[in-house]
Amino acid sequence: MAVTFGLIFAGLMCYYGYFLSVQADQVINNPYNTRIAAMAGKVIRGDITDKNGNLLATSQVQEDDSVLRVYPYGRTFAQAVGYHSKGGSGIEAAMNFELLSSHSGILKGLVNDVTHQKGQGDTVVTTLDARIQQAAYDALGDYSGAVVAMEPGTGKILAMVSKPDYDPNQINEIWDRLVGEGSTETCLLNRVTQGLYPPGSTFKILTALEYIREHPDDWEDYTYECDGAFEYGDYTIRCSENAVHGHMTVRSALAKSCNGAFANMAESLDKDAMRSLCDAVGYNSRLDMALPQSATSFPIDQNTDTWQMLQSVIGQGKTQTTPLVNALMAASVANGGTIMKPYLIDRVEGANGKIQEKNMPQSLSKVMTPEEAELMTELMVGVINEGTGSVGGSDQYQVAGKTGSAQYDSSENTHALFVGFAPADNPKIVVSVIVEQGGSGGRVAAPIAKAVMDAALLQ
Amino acid sequence: MATIFTVVTKYIMLFLMALYAWDSLTVIHLKTQSQLSWKYHKMLALTLMFHLTAYATIFINTKNTGVLVFYGLQLLFFVLYHVVYRRLYPRSSRLFLNHTTMLLAVGFAVLTRLSDADQLLDITTALGNRAVKQFVLVCGAAAVTLFVPKFIEKLRIKKRTAEILGVGGLLMLVLVALLGKTTYGANLSFDFKVFTLQPSEFVKLTFVILTAMLLQVKTDFKRVCFATAVAGSHVIILVVSNDLGSALIYFLTYLVILYVATHQPLYLFAGLGCGSAAAVAAYFLFSHVRVRVAAWQDPWSLIDKDGGYQITQGLFAIGSGGWLGSGLYQGMPTKIPVVSKDYIFAAISEEFGGLFGVCLILVCLSLILYIFRMATKVGESFYKLIAVGFAALYGIQVLLTVGGVTKWIPLTGVTLPFVSYGGSSILSTFLMIAVLQGIYILKRNEDEEIERKRKERKLRGNRAAAGTAGSGRSRKTGEKAGQKETKQRN
Ligand SMILES: [Zn+2]
Repeated sequence: MAVTFGLIFAGLMCYYGYFLSVQADQVINNPYNTRIAAMAGKVIRGDITDKNGNLLATSQVQEDDSVLRVYPYGRTFAQAVGYHSKGGSGIEAAMNFELLSSHSGILKGLVNDVTHQKGQGDTVVTTLDARIQQAAYDALGDYSGAVVAMEPGTGKILAMVSKPDYDPNQINEIWDRLVGEGSTETCLLNRVTQGLYPPGSTFKILTALEYIREHPDDWEDYTYECDGAFEYGDYTIRCSENAVHGHMTVRSALAKSCNGAFANMAESLDKDAMRSLCDAVGYNSRLDMALPQSATSFPIDQNTDTWQMLQSVIGQGKTQTTPLVNALMAASVANGGTIMKPYLIDRVEGANGKIQEKNMPQSLSKVMTPEEAELMTELMVGVINEGTGSVGGSDQYQVAGKTGSAQYDSSENTHALFVGFAPADNPKIVVSVIVEQGGSGGRVAAPIAKAVMDAALLQ
Repeated sequence: MATIFTVVTKYIMLFLMALYAWDSLTVIHLKTQSQLSWKYHKMLALTLMFHLTAYATIFINTKNTGVLVFYGLQLLFFVLYHVVYRRLYPRSSRLFLNHTTMLLAVGFAVLTRLSDADQLLDITTALGNRAVKQFVLVCGAAAVTLFVPKFIEKLRIKKRTAEILGVGGLLMLVLVALLGKTTYGANLSFDFKVFTLQPSEFVKLTFVILTAMLLQVKTDFKRVCFATAVAGSHVIILVVSNDLGSALIYFLTYLVILYVATHQPLYLFAGLGCGSAAAVAAYFLFSHVRVRVAAWQDPWSLIDKDGGYQITQGLFAIGSGGWLGSGLYQGMPTKIPVVSKDYIFAAISEEFGGLFGVCLILVCLSLILYIFRMATKVGESFYKLIAVGFAALYGIQVLLTVGGVTKWIPLTGVTLPFVSYGGSSILSTFLMIAVLQGIYILKRNEDEEIERKRKERKLRGNRAAAGTAGSGRSRKTGEKAGQKETKQRN
C-alpha cells in the first residue's frame, strides 16, 4: 500500500513538473491572466529584434513617463510581430510574459527596486531576417497573399509576409475601422499560418512521390497521352490554360503540370497511403507554434469516392493548405525527407545580454527517405529547367520548385502558387508563395520566390 | 527594498523547506535514539526558521506591527505545544509533532498573506481576519485533542466505543443530509450562526474506526459483506447529500482498509471496478459532476464560465509562479476563487514556487509512509487498521486537492489538511493525528514493557546462576546461561 501511494504521488509530482516546465509558458500568456497587466506597471516592455539585432518593436518612454510602442519597420512585419495594445497579436501576444519579465542582473534590480524605477523587459530575438522580409514584402507588391521563407535544415522562419497589411504604429487609430461592425477587412489575419488555400498543382509533388512509391520498379515506364481533357465518367478534368501536353512521363507530367496525367496516375493509388503521406507533411492538423494556426485538410480515406480523390491529388476539391504547411512540404524534400519544426523565436535575452531561453531545432516528422528526397529534388529541378517554373530560375544558383494555379471558385479565376528551395544541391532556403487571384503560378508567384531567394543567397 | 528582500527570503524559504523535506524522508531510516533526537531537533529548528523568515517577509511587505504580534503569538503557541506535549507524553512521536508544526506554519503564512493585514492592527477587526480565526481554531483544537492519547492509553472497551462512535457518525451524516445548509450544491454543514460545522470531516474518522473494528478479527466473506454494507451506507448518504468529494474519499479509504485486513487483491479490484462504474453513473446523474469533468478536460473554452474560471485562474497562478515562485506579495493569488480553502496549493505554488510545492508534497508523502510503517509494527489489528485507514484518508485528500488544482484529475473541492482554512478540517486533522499519537505511544509502551520484562528475566537468570555457584568463575558461566535463556524466550 505504501508503495502504491508512493507511485501515485510520484505521478502527481511528474505531472506538476511537466505543467511547470512545458505547459506553463503557453498558459500564462493567456489574455485572461490578469498578472500580466500588473507586471506591465513595473517593467518597460522589452524589444523584439530580427536575428541580426534590427529592432522590429521597441518601447519609447515619453516625456510624461508614458510608454509608446514603436514598430520601426511599420507594415513590413505587421502580422508576424503583431501589435501590443487591443489584446495583442503575433509575437507581441505569444511572448507577452517574456517581454514583461525583467532579468537585468541582481545589482541593476536592486538599484531599480530602491529608486522605484521600472526594470527593462527582456528582449525577444526572432529568427526573422529583416533584409529577406523586406525583399518578400516588396516582391509581393500590391497583391493580396502570403510569402514565407524558412531554413530547411533548422526550421527557422526567415520571412513571413501577409497582405493586405496594416501599420501597427497606427493600430489604436485604425482599430474601429478594422474590427467595427460590418467591417470586411482581413488585414489582421496572418495568411501564412491562418489563410487556407487550395494548393493546386504544388500538391503534385506528393502525388508524384506516392506514385513512385507504389511503382518503385516501373514508374519510369509510365506514359500518358494528353489531349487537354481527362474524362472520368460524366466528369472532365482539363489541363491548365487549355494546354494539350501530348506524350507524358512522370517526370514531364510534373514539369509541365499535366492534370490529366496525374488524375490518370491517381486512379490506381492507395487512398489510405496517400492520406498518411499528407498527414506526415502536416495535413489534417494544426501546427503547434506560437502563432494561431488554421487546420489544413486532405479529407481522403479508403471510403472516399474516386472522383473526389482525382480532384484532391491535383490540389483541388476539398484539399486545403496554409502557405506555411506548403513550405513544410517543400522543406521535407530539401532536408533529405525530414521536416524540422518551424519556429520564430530564437532566444530571449535579459537586459544584461544573458540568455534566458533558447529554442533549438527539433525535427517534426519524417516524410520520405533521403533517396526519395534526392529523386524528388531532381524532378523539381526539372520543373524549373524544363517546365512551368522557368521564370523562378536563376543563373547563379540552381532552384528546385513547383508551380501551381489553383481554382478557388467555380469560375476560371486562379490563385498563383509556388514552392521551392535553393540551391538544389545544398538547400539554404525554402520559399512558399501564394498570390491571391494572381493567375499563373509560373508567371506571377515564381518571380516573387526568386526575389526572396536572391536576397537570401546573393549577398 | 521590499522587493529585493522578498526575492532573497524566497530562496531562503525554499532552501529551508527543501532541507526539511529531505530530513523528513531520511528520518525514517535512522535507528539510534541519539541520531533521531538530533534530526528531530534540526527539523524543528528548520520549521521555526522558515516561520520567522515568512513572517519577516510579510512584515516588510505590509509594514504592519500587528503582524509582529501575531507572529509572536504563533511562536509562543508552537513552543508551548512542543513543551507541553513532550512533557505530557515523553514517548510521543516527534515526527507527528514536527510535521504538524511545519504544515501549520506554512498554512498560517499563506493565510496571513491572503488576508487583509490591516485587520491585524485592531483587536476587534483582527478576529475577523481568516488567519487569526485559523490560529484561534488551531489553539482550541490543540487543547481539545491534547488528552486523546491518554484516553487511548486507558481505553479498555474498544469494541463498544467504536460502535457508539460509528453509529453516532452515521446518524450525524443522516441529519446533515436532511437538515444541512447547502454550499456549492452540496449539503455539507450545520450553520450555528457563530460557526459552521461540517460533520463529514469528523465522521470520516469514526468511519475508519468503525470499519477497523468490523474487520479486526474476522475477515470471512460474510463479515466483509457486512462491513461493505456499513461502508456503503455512509457513501450512499454522502451521495444523497451531493457531497461526492467526501463519498470518493470514504470509498477509497474503505478499499485500502479492506485490502490490508484481508490481503485479498480480488476485493480491491472488484471495489475499483464498482467504483469506476459508480463514477460513470455519477457523471450521467449529476450535472455538477459533468461540469467539473468538462472543466477538467478543457478549462480554456470555459474560461468565463462556472467550472473553467477557477481552474484557469489556478493554472495562471501556478504557471506564473514557475519553479521558483514570485515571492510573497509579488503574485496575485487572491484572484483565485476559494483560494484559502480548495485552492491554497495554487497560492503556495505561485508565491513560494513549484519546487517549494514539490517539497510540500514530499513532506505530506513522508507523513503517509511514516504512518504506514507504524501500522506494520503495531501488533493489535484494530489499531493497525485505524492507522492504515488514517494514512489512506490523509493521502487521498492530499492527492485529490493537489491533483485537482494542477489539473491532473478533475476538481473535487477537497482541502489540504492543516494548511487550508477551515475549522472542521483543522479539528478533524488534529483529532486524527492525536489518535495516531495515542497508537504510537501505546506501541512504545508495549515495546518498553517487553524490554523491561526481558531485562528482569535476565537479572533473575543471573541471580539464579549466582545462587548455585558462589565462585567468581562460575558467575561468568551463569551469565552465559542467562543470555541463552533470553534468546530462547525471545
Ligand atoms: Zn496535360
